[in-house]
Amino acid sequence: MDPRRFERVDETTWRYGPEGAMRVPAVIYATEPLLREMDEKVLEQLRNVATLPGIVEAAFAMPDAHWGYGFPIGGVAAFDPERGGVVSAGGVGFDISCGVRTHLTGLREADIAAVRERLADELFRTVPAGLGRRGRIRLDDRAMDAMLAGGAAWAVAEGYGEDADLERIEERGRTAGADPDAVSRRARERQREEMGTLGSGNHYLEVQVVDRVEDEATARAFGLRPGEVVVTIHCGSRGLGHQIGTDYLREMARAAERHGIRLPDRELACAPVRSEVGRRYLGAMRAGINCALANRQIVAHLARTVFARFFPGIRLPLLFDVSHNTCKEEVHATAEGPRRLFVHRKGATRAFPPEHPDIPEPLRPWGQPVLIGGSMGTGSWVLAGARADGTRAFASAVHGAGRAISRHRALRTFRGEQVVRALAERGILVRSVSLRGVAEEAPAAYKDVDAVVEAAHRAGLARKVAHLRPLIVIKG
Amino acid sequence: MTGSERTRRQCGYELFPHGADVGVRGFGPDRATAFAEAARALTAVVTDPDRVEPREPVAIHCEAEDDEMLLIDWLDAVIYYMATLGMVFGRYEVEIRDHRLEATAWGEPVDPERHQPAVEPKAATLTELAVRHEPDGRWIAQCVVDV
Repeated sequence: MDPRRFERVDETTWRYGPEGAMRVPAVIYATEPLLREMDEKVLEQLRNVATLPGIVEAAFAMPDAHWGYGFPIGGVAAFDPERGGVVSAGGVGFDISCGVRTHLTGLREADIAAVRERLADELFRTVPAGLGRRGRIRLDDRAMDAMLAGGAAWAVAEGYGEDADLERIEERGRTAGADPDAVSRRARERQREEMGTLGSGNHYLEVQVVDRVEDEATARAFGLRPGEVVVTIHCGSRGLGHQIGTDYLREMARAAERHGIRLPDRELACAPVRSEVGRRYLGAMRAGINCALANRQIVAHLARTVFARFFPGIRLPLLFDVSHNTCKEEVHATAEGPRRLFVHRKGATRAFPPEHPDIPEPLRPWGQPVLIGGSMGTGSWVLAGARADGTRAFASAVHGAGRAISRHRALRTFRGEQVVRALAERGILVRSVSLRGVAEEAPAAYKDVDAVVEAAHRAGLARKVAHLRPLIVIKG
Repeated sequence: MTGSERTRRQCGYELFPHGADVGVRGFGPDRATAFAEAARALTAVVTDPDRVEPREPVAIHCEAEDDEMLLIDWLDAVIYYMATLGMVFGRYEVEIRDHRLEATAWGEPVDPERHQPAVEPKAATLTELAVRHEPDGRWIAQCVVDV
């Protein structure tokens, strides 16, 4: 994108408009090189989002933003229900509450060196990954309702994990206001055999080592010590979330017209928060969030059982669990005082600043942990909500590296066997059902996560805490 | 028959790039063939459709207000049956009357070894969505699939 189209507010803040039907400006946080590389479609989509009723402050994009469905991926927008504000299925996306969680092991890299191959094999055997691999848990209708209402708290009560885990999950592992009755029969059918599964694509379970610490005090408070091993899981709400997205995108595309909302793009399908379909979507979407939280909780439990076989008595305490495709009701300071808003984060992570009351107490002085997944070769990052000198984009931050080339091109450029071998030479073991899948996810198919994280840090969205290097990668 | 051989015969499918995801495009001498080929493209996102044995039939019906939403419903129905039956489909027979579609998808249970399933489609999206009759007589049916 041409930076000259924007007003440069500061080094990393680029403002456009409002013009035409835009109710608020579009604001992109990025370094100049990242903005130049960014897809033109990001601005087009932000301009469209800025026209929606009840939008507050601006339509925001994160440094890793790219062309999405209606909303850009890496987009943040908040709506005020008191002013006709909307909720949008496209603004949340199909993989509702897709997210990342990281567990501490207390092990040194040397501790797992001798068992690395077997550990990788056992994790791959125990955690179902990829298309066609089923979960071991089957839910009947009653259990499904309980899971959709209870989230990770349900999973812990069923024996998957411990109470202490819940303290380290957004909303303590259970999103209030879920309405299982708003979840269709098809969505339920898609989930019946998918609890505790990773899925495919860019989802993974990784064993990683803390190889660089950027902020020692925060890293210490987070339990991240250089040379120690962690386990990170990236997955979402599986078939249930995908189907909720499908069902409501369609219904909202019709409802918008009925509510007199002019959509510049059908994919922006939305409805007033205070409408029948808006309320029903919120209930279903929150059930989808709970499904994702329960799913990650079960996957973590499976990883724990494997680690316990190799290291008896090990606990794997949870550092944190964050979601990056959500719409959440939050109170934010605005020019007109605090307002209750519906904040959409599509491919963006919540990043509460230090002292925010919703951060678990031991972490509160340091800011909310923000977990950023990179590609399987470049590693991942732990960040923390930035200093409270004015939170940006409703306390949001980046969620990942984003692709540099399409799957299509990756498949023609890389061979799965070569990717696996090249990573093995760098000490990274990959286990996957599909070599084609590995080729599509080749490290070189992704943008430089370090550049994205650096931009988020400089923009004051979140601050760098530690870098994680993968040792074992389990992929679908 | 490979995708490119079918192209020369005016019917076939292709994938087109889109950001993090992938577009599916089917074409043929009539709307129903274009829809069937778009579904083969959907299979190609996961695995080579020619590697799928058409052993078991699954009946699929959909109905929508226009051609474009019918394509979305059709592809979403295929995604639904792939997910819930744990199958992949290699061959599709499609009939369309007005905006009602009756189809049979032929396939088999996913075999990870043989199919090497790459990525699981989550949903058909409205991005790049088009069903149109080209001046050369071909029908095209396409959209981006979230994976």
